[in-house]
Amino acid sequence: MVTKLKEVDAVIVGLGWTGGILAKELAEAGMKVVALERGQMRTTANDYSVPNIRDELRYVIRHDLMMDTARDTLTVRNNPGQEALPMRRLGSFLPGDVVGGSGVHWSGHTWRWTDMEFKVRSMYEERYGKNFIPGDMTIQDWGITYAELEPFYDRFEYTAAISGKAGNIKGQIQAGGNPFEAPRARDYPLPPLTPILASTMFDKAAKDAGYHPFPRPSANASRAYTNPDGAKFGACQYCGYCQRFGCEANAKGSPHVAVIPFAMKSPNFELRTSSWATKVLKDSTGKKVTGVAYTNVLTGEEFEQPAGVVLLCAYVLNNVHLMLTSGIGAPYDPAAGTGVVGKNYCYQTGAGATLFFEDRHFNPFMNAGGSNYTMDDFNINWSFDRGPHGFLGGYNVGAGFNTALPIGYRPVPQGTPQWGKAWKQATAKHYQMAMNIGASGSVMANRANFLDLDPTYKNAFGQPLMRMTFDYKDNEHKMGRHAADTVNRIARSMNPTAMNAATARTDPWTVVPYQSTHNTGGAIMGTNPRESALNKYLQSWDCHNLFVVGANAFAHNASYNPTGPVGALAYWTADAIKNRYIKNPGPLAPA
Amino acid sequence: MSDAKMSDPNLARRDFLKGAALGGAAASTALPQAATAQQPAPPAPVPAAYAFLNTREAAFVEALVDHMVPADNLTPKGTDVGLNIYIDRALAGAWGKGDRLYMQGPWKTGTPSQGYQLPLTPSQLYRAGIEATNAFCVKTYAKPFDRLDEKQREEVLLGLSTGKIKFDNGPPAGPFWTMVYQTVMEGMFSDPIHGGNRNKAGWRMIGFPGAIAVHRDNVEKYRDKVFPNDPTSISDMS
Repeated sequence: MVTKLKEVDAVIVGLGWTGGILAKELAEAGMKVVALERGQMRTTANDYSVPNIRDELRYVIRHDLMMDTARDTLTVRNNPGQEALPMRRLGSFLPGDVVGGSGVHWSGHTWRWTDMEFKVRSMYEERYGKNFIPGDMTIQDWGITYAELEPFYDRFEYTAAISGKAGNIKGQIQAGGNPFEAPRARDYPLPPLTPILASTMFDKAAKDAGYHPFPRPSANASRAYTNPDGAKFGACQYCGYCQRFGCEANAKGSPHVAVIPFAMKSPNFELRTSSWATKVLKDSTGKKVTGVAYTNVLTGEEFEQPAGVVLLCAYVLNNVHLMLTSGIGAPYDPAAGTGVVGKNYCYQTGAGATLFFEDRHFNPFMNAGGSNYTMDDFNINWSFDRGPHGFLGGYNVGAGFNTALPIGYRPVPQGTPQWGKAWKQATAKHYQMAMNIGASGSVMANRANFLDLDPTYKNAFGQPLMRMTFDYKDNEHKMGRHAADTVNRIARSMNPTAMNAATARTDPWTVVPYQSTHNTGGAIMGTNPRESALNKYLQSWDCHNLFVVGANAFAHNASYNPTGPVGALAYWTADAIKNRYIKNPGPLAPA
Repeated sequence: MSDAKMSDPNLARRDFLKGAALGGAAASTALPQAATAQQPAPPAPVPAAYAFLNTREAAFVEALVDHMVPADNLTPKGTDVGLNIYIDRALAGAWGKGDRLYMQGPWKTGTPSQGYQLPLTPSQLYRAGIEATNAFCVKTYAKPFDRLDEKQREEVLLGLSTGKIKFDNGPPAGPFWTMVYQTVMEGMFSDPIHGGNRNKAGWRMIGFPGAIAVHRDNVEKYRDKVFPNDPTSISDMS
């Protein structure tokens, strides 16, 4: 039996960064808000405190804060001709599964994506002509501009305690920052983190080669900080347990520190944990949604929560899954090129080198999530001519450690035996004398990369698993080779004693090992309902009282980490709902 | 210990264990000065008691971890670091029983890029893989793995790790080896609360400081300098 509950103004599915921001903003604006979170409440004092949080096996290897694939997962394949099979355990990416979502266990790297992404098709067509874009590359403009989003980037950076150095304030290039960034109104709220040895060595080598390295902007507070809402952050302790852990010092910009406590303070807000959303409900016209059906996973009881506005704020993949299982929007058909839900799923690529120096002591266990240096000379630098290289997109190059713990990080030169005395000697010798240089690359949307429902496999609620069809295409192979060449050239200029060179990822994408939790697309924003599921306010073209907030809205994937625009878009959407939608409910953009 | 002794099929397993423990202690007294400063003397041998492994499996795992992590100036041997205990507890616990593993069929082999697709929990795969490896060893050398000499053990592990060994009857060798290797590394480098890395031997070997709380002042103080090698575990701080 399904229990129908009393209607509220807004129901939010998923309480991570986007759900947390929207819960706070809408509740403070006077709306009655309920959030449904499938995971449990976890707090810094009770769950992320020393010494128990310092457990690599529990948090990194056994995925204590991540989604439980026994209950729900997806099927994967490289192309539409293959049979998809279940991802039976986590590997390539790690969605979070607690209050705070992936915002608890992220590293904090926070970027401003620019018009090079938002106007991707127009910019490449204008400069290189229509024929430069391969026929199967389904990139399209996002319908939003950097100028529109700038105040919301600023809002997110000041909320999430970003440490960094501006490179461009109102058009004035700033020494020490990223000279290629788009103009910002003001600097970051906190100065950059203290660089570690690997970062300073990379900084020098990149500068010597004529590039423009800078400290990576990151949500690790370089000193104690209070955000504009009053959330208090401790100073980062460079503990080396950042990515995949909750922060013991409250120094990481995380939703359970930065925004959720303020939603919880509001009498207009109610959080229901262990609440698994199974369906978005529609009215008889199909033009409006009426609420969300969910199951209490502690009791098995089923509920319907009616609401005036529904906000899907779960992980990218779960938002798209709910759209598909709820029958909202036309599913994407790659053969016909029609439909929108599931379209333009993207991932990221990369290439990395390991450098060994006989006389160095890198202390790889001593770092912040973002104490890295990065360069964007082959990324958002539009004067880098892609023409001769024949690819679209770009890659950033960086160095520095991020959670280099010993089950997972024990660098040895290629060819070292895998066990025995020789393995032990090589492992002991090289642990302290190695550093990495890595490139992270964009992935352009492709007609054959998409999400839909699997015909065979089911989750614990009897619903079809989502099916992911993805592989790297020729564009990414070309860019990967260019990136590997750049990484190796910089690495060799540093004269390492030994080196494991970078190579491009040209094998099929694989679900193991871990690569990146930067999945994007599937319910994308755009300029019209034929090409996108959402308008520029992340509002469903089909049902105007449904908003789908997260990296699902990205029409393709950049080389950057996604959380900057994810946070900015959440504030942008909150602003549109508070100041326009609730006064006059209806489509916020013309179809 | 000598190869001849390890390969003697008449040597009872318990005697073999006692001998191994003595050998470990004897070896430690001969450590060079620098290494003894780094690794404390091993404590009295802890008798191995198992929650999952049966007698043959225990013999296999003990032989495996002592071969993969032999005693030298860097660490005591695998059983003296508790790798067998780590593996046993991992297999007996939630992970070994399939926690977080999607276990619904249909079951297909798939492509390598689709990852693990066997209808087996880790403890089931470990059990089936040990039996299949021992069957291979008996067929090839007329003895199970734990009775092989060092050279033969090396051949078997190389055969498993390079995909040369294919089991006649049993699970595919690739996923078995991947899991075995991963659990040995987990036992070597995870916090001692999980049963391995006894006396933080794995951490001392590489100079990893363990469950340290703060490094804020150390970033500059120890930039390009050796950090003191005296690791802390979760239980040290509890």
